[in-house]
Amino acid sequence: MNFLRKKLDKVKPLFEKGGKYEKFGPAYFGIDTFLFVPNHTTKRGAHIRDGIDLKRVMMVVVIALLPALFFGMWNIGFQAMGEGHSFWEYFSFGALKVIPMIVVSYVVGLGIEFAYAIMRGHEVNEGYLVTGLLIPMIMPVELPLWMLAVAVAFAVIIGKEAFGGTGMNILNPALVARAFALFSYAPHMSGNTVWVANGGADAASGETILGVLGTNHMPTTSVYDMFMGYIPGSIGETSVLMILIGAAILLFTGIASWRVMLSIVLGASLTGLFFNAIGSDTNALFNFPWWKHLLVGGFAFGTVFMATDPVTAAQTTKGKWIYGFLIGFLAIMIRVINPTLPEGMMMAILLMNVFAPTIDHYVIESNIKKRKKRLQKVKA
Amino acid sequence: MSKDIKIRKGLSINLKGKAKHELSSVSRSKIYAINPPDFYGVIPKMVVKAGEKVKAGDVVFFDKKDEQIKFTSPVSGEIREIIRGARRRILSIKIIADTKDQFKDLGAKNPSKMDAIQVKEFLLQTGCWAYIKQRPYDIMANPADTPKAIFISAYATAPLAAEPGFALQGKEKEFQAGIDAISKLTAGKVHLGVGSNDSSFLNNIKGVEIHKVSGKHPAGNVGVQISKIDPINAGERVWVLKPVDVAIIGQTLLTGKYSPSKVIALAGSQVKDPKYYEIIQGAQIKDIVDGKLKEGKSRIISGDPLTGMKVTPNDSIGFYDTEITVLPEGDKYRFFGWMPFFGNDKFSMSRTFFSFLTPNKEYDLDTNMNGEERAMVVTGEMEKVMPIDIYPMQLIKAVLAGDIEKMENLGIYEVAPEDFALIDFVSSSKLEAQDIIRQGIDLMIKEVG
Repeated sequence: MNFLRKKLDKVKPLFEKGGKYEKFGPAYFGIDTFLFVPNHTTKRGAHIRDGIDLKRVMMVVVIALLPALFFGMWNIGFQAMGEGHSFWEYFSFGALKVIPMIVVSYVVGLGIEFAYAIMRGHEVNEGYLVTGLLIPMIMPVELPLWMLAVAVAFAVIIGKEAFGGTGMNILNPALVARAFALFSYAPHMSGNTVWVANGGADAASGETILGVLGTNHMPTTSVYDMFMGYIPGSIGETSVLMILIGAAILLFTGIASWRVMLSIVLGASLTGLFFNAIGSDTNALFNFPWWKHLLVGGFAFGTVFMATDPVTAAQTTKGKWIYGFLIGFLAIMIRVINPTLPEGMMMAILLMNVFAPTIDHYVIESNIKKRKKRLQKVKA
Repeated sequence: MSKDIKIRKGLSINLKGKAKHELSSVSRSKIYAINPPDFYGVIPKMVVKAGEKVKAGDVVFFDKKDEQIKFTSPVSGEIREIIRGARRRILSIKIIADTKDQFKDLGAKNPSKMDAIQVKEFLLQTGCWAYIKQRPYDIMANPADTPKAIFISAYATAPLAAEPGFALQGKEKEFQAGIDAISKLTAGKVHLGVGSNDSSFLNNIKGVEIHKVSGKHPAGNVGVQISKIDPINAGERVWVLKPVDVAIIGQTLLTGKYSPSKVIALAGSQVKDPKYYEIIQGAQIKDIVDGKLKEGKSRIISGDPLTGMKVTPNDSIGFYDTEITVLPEGDKYRFFGWMPFFGNDKFSMSRTFFSFLTPNKEYDLDTNMNGEERAMVVTGEMEKVMPIDIYPMQLIKAVLAGDIEKMENLGIYEVAPEDFALIDFVSSSKLEAQDIIRQGIDLMIKEVG
């Protein structure tokens, strides 16, 4: 790769301080550092550094998303075309639907990120590598591309850059995109027709399990189908198995917080158990077994990939337990009690994103109190 | 009496080139130096001029802020030059050494028969005061204070660090004398942290409370041990010393001569035959490392790889440093070097390299940043390497915001920059945590004192 390095080194001075294209420096270095980890050595502080950097962190998350993404592509074909076709027919059908969405998401999102980097003169941050893939994965397959583009632009500008960019945002940008699309283009984001490509002409029904439950009917889908993901839904969210593979990658590498994931499952299970115990004749969701809640809708995907976003989650260890538990609690609460939203995961995470700093505040306050108490004891 | 300390949080970085337990001597340097920047916060006022003759133990400069605190020559010879930097700040005082030292007679003492005032007086006159540092702030101890306790950590956990048990062998008498003297300076106890696997004489020292310490780095940091034994509250002062320096103090007391020799480790993957050497304070780096390094671009560090200072062969070893480490420079590009599970010669706390499969492998790490500085994104990684009961990320943010009250509330008094060295290392955002904490401490000194 010496050839490429030489080429880059040749044009590099143009983009450095004092160079002709200094203004576009952030864009150039965004590409250069993507191709090569820079030759920067430690100047201050520790002389040796861990091999990890944000690019590596983000790429691990992208890799963890791939099983769910590929399954999603296959499932789109499967849901739209019905039984009797080959694996590749399903997969290529889905891929043709999903890849344009990914391209739109990256082009629009990264375009805005690069523009902001040039405008503000800072480096391009890696955060969008993950966000850009998350957004299409939580959208219905039939969402028009221009709506996706508008949602991405809204999420990046209002959800992230308005707060100061990567690391400063309060809400998970991918969920901001979804919430924006849901409220702006409701007919394209809910109902029975949007989850299956081409209106599900050849398939039986495009109704999601939570949608069926909302009409006070018990769904007939088998647990096996729910777990494997042979059901209609957002592109990436249907297969619990594939999401669990992603979770395993994230937890094994130590990139995502196991505390957040575990406490969400705990919170949701307990809340589900509570509703099961009460029961209801008019709302099927009260009777929907608590453990099935964990298999349907966006629960698994939200738990593994959305709630664990370190920037918008609680930052303290204790805070993470509380934050996760409340997400699980609220997600089931919204699903069961709120008639307008069949899925509660997105709202639960967004709401707890808002409260995460407050949770952290009280956790830290207790540490401060402990310190003050110790001082008081010494003085007494 | 022994109170054990077990540290669970932290990270041991297993580097190639550990010093083996073998002691050699180096030939006497022609030039020795005292570097005022080693003494954080001291403003030097020169006593001698270039060309003047000094004996070992003669005063070279004192602290303008507290004239009692004197700094003395480690060898006898002639002041060659006083090197100044920006705004005439004194960076280094170089002394051409005589072939054989002549000592200023300081009067041999029996430390067990001295009282606090006599000990203080002796340490100040002989330049030994400089070995005592204060926490909070990690600065020179103030002679007017009586600290609530004194802490010494004889457990080294930093990568490639010299083992105090080995470096001090044969100096039991001196070490005990040093302890006898400094224990007069506090109304409280002298705490000595000893590694749980250490079987040296350190376990038999009298007049101290011995704590058997075990765990990963930074278990050996004195600040971590303080936080487990007797945490510092606002307004309190404790003093800390390095074990090697306690022996120097003891030796000065017993002989009445200031002869600051110490055993240091020369370690790192760029050293041909890493082992221990006996040197005199202020020895030139090149006299220690010449002919002992491997080919290739190296970085010489006075101190350990996490907290040391980058030095050139013409510089001298840092006053408080007990090792010189030499690592390969990492000014190389790596094509797609951020791809997970590639480039497995790198070490990481995360399991994003296959290097986690070989936990006992010794790593040959270079000085590459392995990435660029970014906003803080990943949470929880700092907490994994911070055994002190504080919130490191929040404290760092409080420092960056210059919020003094918050810094105080979050425990700035309990930490020193070295306690944040592992955060420098593990941070995926490549944060300069030690630097930030030092800024915070500077602000506290200025505003609170």
